[in-house]
Amino acid sequence: MNRFSYSRPGNVDTAVGELTRHEGAKFIAGGTNLLDLMKENVERPNHLIDINHLALKTIEDTEDGGLRLGALATNADTAYNDKVESRYPLLSQAILAGASAQLRNMATNGGNLFQRTRCYYFYDTGTPCNKREPGSGCGAFNGFNRIHAILGTSDENPETRCIATHPSDMAVALAALEAIIRVTGPNGERTVPIADFHRLPGNEPWLDTTIQPGELVTAIDLPAKGFPDYYAYIKLRDRQSYAFALVSVAVGLEIENNQITDARIALGGVAHKPWRKPEAEAMLVGKTVTEADFQSVAETILSGAKGYGHNTFKIELAKRAIVRALQRAAKTETES
Amino acid sequence: MRTTLSPETDASPTTLPEKTTIQLTINGSVHHLELAPWTSLLDALREYLHLTGTKKGCDHGQCGACTVLVDGKRINSCLTLAIMKEGAEITTIEGLAGENGLHPLQTAFIEHDAYQCGYCTPGQICSAVGLMNEGRAKTTDDIRELMSGNICRCGAYPHIVDAIQEVMKIDPKA
Repeated sequence: MNRFSYSRPGNVDTAVGELTRHEGAKFIAGGTNLLDLMKENVERPNHLIDINHLALKTIEDTEDGGLRLGALATNADTAYNDKVESRYPLLSQAILAGASAQLRNMATNGGNLFQRTRCYYFYDTGTPCNKREPGSGCGAFNGFNRIHAILGTSDENPETRCIATHPSDMAVALAALEAIIRVTGPNGERTVPIADFHRLPGNEPWLDTTIQPGELVTAIDLPAKGFPDYYAYIKLRDRQSYAFALVSVAVGLEIENNQITDARIALGGVAHKPWRKPEAEAMLVGKTVTEADFQSVAETILSGAKGYGHNTFKIELAKRAIVRALQRAAKTETES
Repeated sequence: MRTTLSPETDASPTTLPEKTTIQLTINGSVHHLELAPWTSLLDALREYLHLTGTKKGCDHGQCGACTVLVDGKRINSCLTLAIMKEGAEITTIEGLAGENGLHPLQTAFIEHDAYQCGYCTPGQICSAVGLMNEGRAKTTDDIRELMSGNICRCGAYPHIVDAIQEVMKIDPKA
């Protein structure tokens, strides 16, 4: 690990000021991903700003009937919060599908959003990676890419090529719930819809999010609609627990008199950000649960998907996971 | 509260941050240590306090051998900096036994032969204490799921689950 200095600001303004002043500084909250990457020399901050003492840990109702999750509330405290469990069980389930109990006790909601990819080539400083070292190439494209993306990749220009996935489970549920991220920075406060928070690699694969230098996530706002009656989170992985998703699916449905009135479907493990396809969701609205064609919805979401060899199986796996998640959410799942 | 451990300038190779005195509360005792900011809590415990019960397995938060309790919650001590835990109450495997002898989980691990090489055991036991504090495990499957952050390469899992199940009084058939 490289050497760095350390500070522990007591309020948000001081924290943001320190980040702006120290070029090469980073915020540290739970530290579970940052310290891991520092031990691998992938991240090399020269100064760490410990934000654990900022007053951003509460989970409280918002005026519009939603819920505000403090950026520094831990993943465990969020998943086990009574209001999250009863009103947003999809989020609770997704968080609990990720990491281990120890890590969830450390990891924060804000930090979870900023997780870096688990691409092995990103972690291995002995190999090229356009995300870690812009312009150096992509080790995964012609390498072992079983865990890599099948949608929204950047694969034409070797110098910007990137087929990494975003590793978060929480963010997949937040995408389905259409959460709003609250951010503060040198230019004041702003809000970012979760759909615009993470980005596709495009020509700048080294950028994971649209957050600007000096900005701090302070909270995640959940809109009132939480899909507590019809939801499912399915995570498929190489072992039963404590592994990153090969494919995950978050589904939230609203069903009245057997008719689907709203539908959200978000995928994890398949792209550089949680993946949604609004036209596929629209195919479900107005249909009864029995007449809805879940297979066509899955085909639509995966249209344009592309495998790179080892990960081609994910295309069919994702389709089946979507169908199963829709059945589970609609409560029409049969044993198989 | 604000602690600055270096001048207000960026750290460069020629101006490395000084070690500073850090106060840590471990197993009820207050310790003052001269530590650099980059010393992990795990290294502080093992290398500075010689509390070697807490093990370094992977040093990347993947194996759980370094599990300790911070304010009663289980965490991976390899993925936190000692300096970040000033003011917290840290409990290691050395702090679990009380005046009346071993912690019930320690006794149960012995009775159930819940280890072979023993390297993961302190982490397993601290993790199980955290699991009990959380109060979320109601079935055997819950124990397996919520203990998945602790790897046992000898494969003693069935006996580990038996030991925890007995102390938590969970019906094996539940």
